[in-house]
Amino acid sequence: MVKKTVLDGGEGLARQKAMELLVRYGEALGAERLVDTNNVCVSLTASGYSTEMPANKESDVDATLSRMYLDSDEPFEIPHVKAYTCRLIREMDPDNWEIQGISPARHEINLLTEKVCSRIGMQLMHSCTPYLLGNVPVMGEHCAWIESSAVIYCNSVLGGRTNIEGMESATAAMLVGKTPYWGYQHEENRLGTHLVEVEYQPESVMDWGLLGYYVGEIVQERVPVINGVLKAPNIARLKHHGASAASSGGVEMYHIVGFTPEAHSLEQAFGGRRPVSTLKFGKAERRKAYDNLTSARDTDVDFIMLGCPHYNLEELWNAGRLLEGRQVHSNVNLWIFTPRALKTIADQEGLTDSPKEVRTAATDSAKHAHYMPAMLGFPTWFGSQEDCIQAAITGKWRGELR
Amino acid sequence: MKKIVLHGRKVVGGCTEGEALVTRDTIAGWGGIDPAKGIVIERRHELRGQSFKDKVLVFPGNKGSSGTSMAFHATRLLGTAPKALIFNDMTTKVALSSVLLRAPAMTGLDRNPLEVIKTGDWVKVDADNGIER
Repeated sequence: MVKKTVLDGGEGLARQKAMELLVRYGEALGAERLVDTNNVCVSLTASGYSTEMPANKESDVDATLSRMYLDSDEPFEIPHVKAYTCRLIREMDPDNWEIQGISPARHEINLLTEKVCSRIGMQLMHSCTPYLLGNVPVMGEHCAWIESSAVIYCNSVLGGRTNIEGMESATAAMLVGKTPYWGYQHEENRLGTHLVEVEYQPESVMDWGLLGYYVGEIVQERVPVINGVLKAPNIARLKHHGASAASSGGVEMYHIVGFTPEAHSLEQAFGGRRPVSTLKFGKAERRKAYDNLTSARDTDVDFIMLGCPHYNLEELWNAGRLLEGRQVHSNVNLWIFTPRALKTIADQEGLTDSPKEVRTAATDSAKHAHYMPAMLGFPTWFGSQEDCIQAAITGKWRGELR
Repeated sequence: MKKIVLHGRKVVGGCTEGEALVTRDTIAGWGGIDPAKGIVIERRHELRGQSFKDKVLVFPGNKGSSGTSMAFHATRLLGTAPKALIFNDMTTKVALSSVLLRAPAMTGLDRNPLEVIKTGDWVKVDADNGIER
């Protein structure tokens, strides 16, 4: 009954448009109904599209957001959120936006948009890793999250339930507290489909990224079950693993037998079904993933990007140890991305140098090595955190698969 | 020219026709297409550099970042959108992209569209009734 009232405009135009969008989306999916959620992750950014719309006051931002995020042809004021909602993207470093190449006009739009997000009651986390900042769903909790690397972490590592929502469907969920009961919201869709036998034991963060990148490309959107892992990974390893699998394929959920909550055993991971296929991850597969991630040839590097997904405190601590007593090379930009809340704790430095022209980049993120060459046109080296920081210090790429 | 009729499930209703652009590779939105130009930009994609503007896009499905729907929504707002979508694998990304494109979209066809339809074929998409090639 509540749904009808909202759909009929009983709670205003904005919530009506949000519910309409969820219904159209649910029908497109073939979902039988919507389910309640009180855990939404999304980002409202008024300059997200390539055509910038002018915004001189808050109501301009509201108009842009209603058009972009709620698919409305008529503008309206965005009302207060109904579900607990975390804002994941801010679009700029608030202190170093000029260095990032953000124009003053766009900076103004970003500030106005943040005012709107704060006005409607969003949590201004500004991180792709909400689970590092206290949004840690419990087993079985229905969520509506954007951000492929966060979704795969929520489903696989925490046992929370979410599909990869788009900005628009998550914005709608934020306003009405509902999401389609479809996909990974259903228990049976969370079962494994492909068996991955590990012959090369993943140890380092980079290994876990290579495993994810290799498996994702093969299983695409299915659910791999990694079997044979002997040593417990940790947050950094699983964060990188998931982001990589979500980049090369569309993996939204995986199991690691013995280590993730819905895979205490192979039987539990597959729910008694047979795997549709079995693949192995050995030395050759690891090498193949590594080679596919490098698009650069020039060993002179001038841009090192670390922290995609955002670094946690352990990774910042590691980077700090590698940089201790050393200087970043004068030709090199070293950027480390981390949530502002964690930066406050770590008091980490390194973002304040002036940037230089970028020709060849290097990163420890398989996700960025996958996307950066196409999006920004930089030939990119992929390697470990240590290889990247050595390159930052020397300006030369010496990384290799060891 | 022989006419073939395929049947499937409506994702978004409507009827249109146009030239097919067929790929066996899944398509990512954010980082996979350039909405301003209406082309595929992913580095190892078989359609890299090709335009999907006003085409009937026949593809396995969407992959990649949750920015996918935004990128396809942007193609509608920027006038570079495909005319209709025909795909095999349902995901939240492709469902939401279809809804925001407000263009006819179909899935679950009785024959594999990636095999039956070739790039350059003239395709009529009647999302409520079926597909004709």
